[in-house]
Amino acid sequence: MGVKVLRRRELTFWEELYIPQIFSGLRITSAHFFRNLFLHAAHSVGALTHRAASATFQYPEQPRPLARRFRSRHRLTVREEGTPRCVGCMLCETVCPARCITIVAGEHPDPNVEKYPVRFDIDLGICVYCGYCVEVCPEDAIRMDTGILDVAAYSRDEMKLDIHELMNPALRKPVVECDLKFPHECRHSGGEIKGSWE
Amino acid sequence: MMPDLLIKLTLVGIVFFGVLNLAGLHTWIERKQSAIMQDRIGANRASIYGFKLMGLFHPLADAVKMFTKEDIIPDGADRVLHMLAPALSVFFALVAFAGIPFGDRVVIGERVIDLQVARIDVALLYVFAMLSLGVYGVILAGFASRNNYAMLGGLRATAQMISYEIALGIAIIGVIMVYGTLDLQELVRGQGRYVAGWIPLWGIVVQPVAFFVFLTAALAATKRTPFDMPEGESEVIGYFVEYSGMKFGMFYLADFLETIMVACLVTTLFLGGWQVPYLMPDGFHFPWGAELPLSSWTYAVLGVGSFSIKVLAFCWLFMQIRWTLPRLRYDQLMVLGWKGLFPIAVANVLVTAAALALLGGKS
Ligand code: SF4
Ligand code: SF4
Repeated sequence: MGVKVLRRRELTFWEELYIPQIFSGLRITSAHFFRNLFLHAAHSVGALTHRAASATFQYPEQPRPLARRFRSRHRLTVREEGTPRCVGCMLCETVCPARCITIVAGEHPDPNVEKYPVRFDIDLGICVYCGYCVEVCPEDAIRMDTGILDVAAYSRDEMKLDIHELMNPALRKPVVECDLKFPHECRHSGGEIKGSWE
Repeated sequence: MMPDLLIKLTLVGIVFFGVLNLAGLHTWIERKQSAIMQDRIGANRASIYGFKLMGLFHPLADAVKMFTKEDIIPDGADRVLHMLAPALSVFFALVAFAGIPFGDRVVIGERVIDLQVARIDVALLYVFAMLSLGVYGVILAGFASRNNYAMLGGLRATAQMISYEIALGIAIIGVIMVYGTLDLQELVRGQGRYVAGWIPLWGIVVQPVAFFVFLTAALAATKRTPFDMPEGESEVIGYFVEYSGMKFGMFYLADFLETIMVACLVTTLFLGGWQVPYLMPDGFHFPWGAELPLSSWTYAVLGVGSFSIKVLAFCWLFMQIRWTLPRLRYDQLMVLGWKGLFPIAVANVLVTAAALALLGGKS
């Protein structure tokens, strides 16, 4: 490892006078001001739209492009017949540093699969978005690629995602009815196992 | 008697309408201008039936918010002084505008109306007196809140305003000596002459040093960034920490009013007030001999327009400075005031006096 010596630059006489530097500062800000003002004016008549007048994103209308590895709200991937890919191995629940995953495993009718989650809850109020659950999963059953950032709620309970929301990212709280066609525990069944394999 | 009263009331109405609206608009200008120069968009959400109008409804929304907010007077605060402080700030900031001439005279029939609310022959002193009295609003706010931080903020603000008003006062002495009058209307008329036949004899031409000293000191006296230690929006606790609702809004309004006041003063003292280059009461007389006769009404309107444009340009410049420069430290501020601007201003007065004595009387 080489040593990098940072030398503080001496101010020149011109810079120490301070007043010329005020003008050069004003020159920079004014250049931005007039350039952006001109572009805004041009945009309002529909010209020069390929040149942005601001570096900001108008968020709700204009979502910001996300990096491909960005970790957003979780989802559970689904098999062809509509059941979760998850095999209830509990690896994610074990690895989660925030301990915000709760899984109750049940027996899957297919002997090759052995188990499936009867319940799968993630408390996003505690989740630290570390992505360990995604990395540890042997079945690629949980992913954080929904692109949903605005996880916001008025109560802590609303921050708890259950299996309905995890399997269908388009679903937002409150979930009014259960659309899952396999036995699981959910609020709509009073926590009892409900439904049947089709 | 009656017509005189009506004329005065009209003038007052015009000035208040213009000044208060401009002060209200300043909240919008401040946000939008800072946004545009920082590559942002700025406030643009408030809308009425989907019309956003470049965020122009935000000042309205602000006003509604300020008026409907709970007004809190802290326990143990002096209720009367607590109420009085913001009112004093705004009052003195507003009455100062009475001395500012915003146009030349208009002649209606027999009557000659000076476009100035109060024709005071020591208008300059009057304006400065009113501006200085504004300090009382500040120090009362700090004192009446019964909050030590507010008290300290008030003291900081007072020390700063008083220090800079000295530099401010001395800077204008040079101007007074050159034009030989304290009457702002006469001072502006005096700037209608020309050096060498074509350079307007504006204050900035004959008193460039005073112009810069005045500009700096005036910025400091209005307590705006880079001299905003008294309130220091997010970092320092200012003198109006115990104010809420419209009383808080009034301090802000007073700040903006003072900014406009300073813009008016700089325009009047140094940029020829309502003068338009080469415009005489009967029309344009260009130095190369061309002439363009104008009616007296056009002349008056051009004058008012010229004054407004200059004031707006200075408001723009102040905003630009406010969003460009970082804040000074308090000791730097005092050093700049007492060791920088004050001696320069005094030297300027001496040099001006010597020059006037050598050139013989008023130039
Ligand atoms: S992202 Fe991290 S904290 Fe959140 S559920 Fe997965 S493992 Fe737990
Ligand atoms: S690690 Fe994957 S398969 Fe195992 S319980 Fe978690 S989501 Fe299911």
